Amino acid sequence: MVYSMATITYPAPADTLPRRPWSARLSTPQVWGIVMIAPYLLVFAAFVVYPIGYGLWLARHPASYVALYNDPVFARAVVNTLIFLIIGINFKMLVALFLSGFFVQSRTWIRWLSVLFILPWAVPSIPTILSVRFMFNPEWGVINNLIFKFTGEDGPNWLNDPAMGLTLAILVHIWKSLPFWTLILMTGRLAISTDMFEAADVDGASWWQKFRFITWPSMQTLYLTCTLLSMIWTLGDFNSVYLLTGGGPADLTHVLSTLGIRYLRLDQLDMSMASIVCAMPLVLPLVYFMMKRLSR
Amino acid sequence: MRVPSLREVGTEARLLLIGIPVLIWTLIPIYHMFLFAISPKQDAFAGKLWPDHPTLNNFRIVFNQQHYFLRDFWAQFFNSVVIAVAVGALTLVIATAAAFAISRLRVRGGRTVMNMALFTYFIPAAFLAVPMYRTMGNYGLLNNHWSLILAMVTIASPYAIWVLKQASDKLPLELDEAAIMDGATPLQLFRMVYVPLMLPSLVAIGTYALLLAWNEYLYAFLLLSKDTEITLPVALGNFLAADDSPWELLMTTGFIYALPPAAVYYAFRRYMVGGLTAGAVKS
Repeated sequence: MVYSMATITYPAPADTLPRRPWSARLSTPQVWGIVMIAPYLLVFAAFVVYPIGYGLWLARHPASYVALYNDPVFARAVVNTLIFLIIGINFKMLVALFLSGFFVQSRTWIRWLSVLFILPWAVPSIPTILSVRFMFNPEWGVINNLIFKFTGEDGPNWLNDPAMGLTLAILVHIWKSLPFWTLILMTGRLAISTDMFEAADVDGASWWQKFRFITWPSMQTLYLTCTLLSMIWTLGDFNSVYLLTGGGPADLTHVLSTLGIRYLRLDQLDMSMASIVCAMPLVLPLVYFMMKRLSR
Repeated sequence: MRVPSLREVGTEARLLLIGIPVLIWTLIPIYHMFLFAISPKQDAFAGKLWPDHPTLNNFRIVFNQQHYFLRDFWAQFFNSVVIAVAVGALTLVIATAAAFAISRLRVRGGRTVMNMALFTYFIPAAFLAVPMYRTMGNYGLLNNHWSLILAMVTIASPYAIWVLKQASDKLPLELDEAAIMDGATPLQLFRMVYVPLMLPSLVAIGTYALLLAWNEYLYAFLLLSKDTEITLPVALGNFLAADDSPWELLMTTGFIYALPPAAVYYAFRRYMVGGLTAGAVKS
C-alpha cells in the first residue's frame, strides 16, 4: 500500500496525450528509470542468470547423481553440513542472545569491551583462521607446547582428528560471526521499552520472568530471522573449513561448500555442479522464507 | 565516595565473570598472530606470551620482499587495493542508480528486479563460485582482474541495492515533487537531491563493497592464479603449500593485510552500524 501511495506524480504522463507518437508514450522518468536500472540487469544476466543456467546444464546427467550417491565423501559432507548448521548455528545464536543481554548493560568497561569484541568481524578471516591453524599444529603449535610444558605429555593431533577438526572449524566460524549477531540482537533488545522492565521490577519479577515474558516475546521474530539468515550464510562458509582442515583428514571434514571446489580440482565438473544442485533442497526453502520476510 | 552494597558487588562480579572470558576468547587468535609478527623465528615457537626479543625485523623482510613466498608482496598488495577500490566504486554506481530507479522513479518491473537481487543475495556465494569460474572461462576473463571485480560486484550489489532502496524509501517525496515543479529532470533530481541526501548510506555501502572485495578469498583463488596477479589473501593461502613455510612471515603479512580493513571499519563504524546492521535484519 505504501508502494502505490508513494508514487511520484510527474506532470502529465505522455501517454494521456493521444496525438503524441507511440515512442513518446514512455514518460521521461520511465526512460531514465530503465537506463539507470540497466547496468544492474546486465550484471545480473551475465553473472547470475548465465552461470546458473550453465551450471544446471552441466549437472543434467543422471549418472552424476548416481556417482555422487555412491561417493562416501558426499554423504559425509552432507552430515557435516547438517551438524554445522543445526548444532553450530543454534549454539552460536544462543550465545549471541545471551551476550546481547550482557552488552546492553550500561557500564563504561562493557562499552569498551564491545568495541574490542567486534574485532573478529572487522578483520579479514584468512589470517585469523591461519593463526588458529598454527595454534593447533601438533608439533609447533602454542596449544601443544603449553600442554607439554604443564603435563610433560604430547598433546593430541588436533586437526588430524575428523570430529575435532569439524568442531574447531565450527568454533572458528562462531569466533568470526558471533560479534555480528550479538550486535543485531542488541539492537533488538534496545528497542524494547524500559517501562516494561521497570513495571516488572515493581511487581518483583525474577530475571527469568523478565526474559520469558518481556524480552523473548518481542525478540523471537528477530531471533528466528537471524538464525535462518545465519544458516544460509553458513552454507556458503568456505573459508572456515577449507583453510583450517582443507577437508581433511581423508576428506572427512568437508562441507557442501568445500565439496564443490574439491570436485572442481579433481576435474569432475559434473559432480561439482551435481553436489551444488543437491544442496538446493536445503537452500531454496531458506531463501524462499527470507525473501518473503524481506521483500514486504 | 559511596560504598557499594554487597548486591552491587555481586552483580559487578558476575558481569566480570562473563566479560573476561569474552575478552580472552576474542583476542587469542589476533594476539597469536601479532605475537608471531613481532617474534624472531626462534622465539615464535617457544610458546611464550611475550617474546624475549621483540623485533620489527619480520616487517622489514616483508616490505623488502626478502623471501621466496614474498617476492611479489607489493604487486599483490597493489592488486588487492585496485580490486577493492574498483569493486567499491562500481557497486556504488550500479546500486545507487538501480535503487534510484526502483525507489524514486518507480520504474516498471522495479519490484521484480528487487526480488531478483534479493534472491542473488541469499544464494550462498560458495555455491555460485564453480559456475562463475566456468562462466569467466567462457568469457575469456580468467586470470584477469576484471573477472574478480565483476564477480565481486555481482555479489555485493544485491545487498547494496536493497539497503539503498530501504534508505531512499524513507526520503520525503515532497523533495522530489518540489524539484520536479522547478523543472528538474530525473538526472538533475538524482545528482542534486538524491545523492546528497543519501550520502551517509552511500558511504556505508561503498565501504561494505570495498571490504567485501578486500576480504574475499574463494573467488580470488579460483579466478586468479599468476603470482603477480593474485590478491593478498590468495598469497596467504599459498603459504600453506609448503610444509616448512615461514609462519612468522605469514603472520606478519596477515597482520599487515588485516590492518587496513580494521582501520576502515573502525573509522566508519558509526555509518556501518547505523546504515548496515539496522537494515540487515528487518524484524
